[in-house]
Amino acid sequence: MDEEHSRLAGAPSSEGAPAGVGLAELLGRCSRGDDAAFAQLYDETSGRAWGLALRVVRDRAQAEEVLQEAYLQVWRQAARFDPSRGGAMAWLLTIVHRTAVDRVRSAVASSRRERTYELRHQEIEHDVTAELAHASLDAYRVRAALSALTELQRQAIELAYFGGYTHSEVAGLLDIPLGTAKTRIRDGLIRLRDTLEVSA
Amino acid sequence: MNDPHALSAAYAVDALDDIERAQFEKHLAVCGQCRDEVAGLTEAAAMLSHATAAPPPPDLRERVLSDAARVRPLPPRSAVTTSRRLPRLLAAAAVVMALAGGVTAAVWQPWEQPQTVQVSLADRVRQAEDAQTWTRPLPGGAVATVVRSESLGKAVIRTSGLDAAPAGKVYQLWLQEPTGLVPAGLFSAGDTEVVLRGDAAKALGAGLTVEPSGGSPAPTTKPLVFVDFRSEA
Repeated sequence: MDEEHSRLAGAPSSEGAPAGVGLAELLGRCSRGDDAAFAQLYDETSGRAWGLALRVVRDRAQAEEVLQEAYLQVWRQAARFDPSRGGAMAWLLTIVHRTAVDRVRSAVASSRRERTYELRHQEIEHDVTAELAHASLDAYRVRAALSALTELQRQAIELAYFGGYTHSEVAGLLDIPLGTAKTRIRDGLIRLRDTLEVSA
Repeated sequence: MNDPHALSAAYAVDALDDIERAQFEKHLAVCGQCRDEVAGLTEAAAMLSHATAAPPPPDLRERVLSDAARVRPLPPRSAVTTSRRLPRLLAAAAVVMALAGGVTAAVWQPWEQPQTVQVSLADRVRQAEDAQTWTRPLPGGAVATVVRSESLGKAVIRTSGLDAAPAGKVYQLWLQEPTGLVPAGLFSAGDTEVVLRGDAAKALGAGLTVEPSGGSPAPTTKPLVFVDFRSEA
């Protein structure tokens, strides 16, 4: 993989369009200790992994730690990836996201307060679409799919997924009952799934 | 949990707290329908990361690769594993693993055995058979989650979104004993998790107030939150 390609790791072109078939193969090789496969896996996935971790923890140093921790898990647990239960990219990003979320939830009060402050004072107007530093066709599709949601659905999903908030916290931040927050997250995500035509 | 099926989406975006996550994974281990739904919704959630993709710091690659070079990948699980034959036991393992927090954070296959498990007192309270959980709002959109196990006689409070105590002040926890309010600990960090001091088995409730530094023998301010242990969890 050349340098330019790896720098664009977030772009869809590098992901093997048929739902990560290539990545599944790379994971298989990782499980047998193939470090070249691991390097390639990193190159093909780290753009999305990095952007996601950074977005959740909102701190470069912490995002780097999250990525190190998450990729180490990916390497160790590669043999546990089960292609019958979903795509390789989603599996990997689940690990990254969970690692990032666990970190913000256990983080010391100061950083959390900043995040909370920031969110409240921006009236949650932040928009993932404004951050498309590396526009890609998939990013465009995601943006379109997000903008097709209701405002509450979009906010609830963004707070949960990018903010790392629990649904109870999402309810608090949006000043809606917990049941409503649950419904917004659920309806929104189902709609995203259907719009983006992802298959499990 | 009244309707565990309704939590697949929140699970897919990691919007469940540790306790809910553990409970839902227990359910996942026995509900194929939810596993399917989680799979699809997880794919959808993963798509969102397209919107934030960005090149990682160049030197990170070297660190990630050298970390891996020092660690051996785990072997595949042997045979078809026992996940379907021993759902109860494995569900319990999933709970323990989820409660162990960051130690084994990747719970794609919730019945996977944990590598390491560290069980703190707070963990034990949350894992207790008779653990009851109350989630209550705090001023300013913050949230308090209180978990109490009568059998262990302990209660744990976790706060999130709470500002640190103002200068010269401290947060003080209270247990409502039949005889009155008893001090149950102090903290000043906003977001924290504290095991309440004292016997939570005979207590009727728990509360949180802001007090002058050093705490007070009895509350001097109106509670930010009060959880009645007899109330609906």
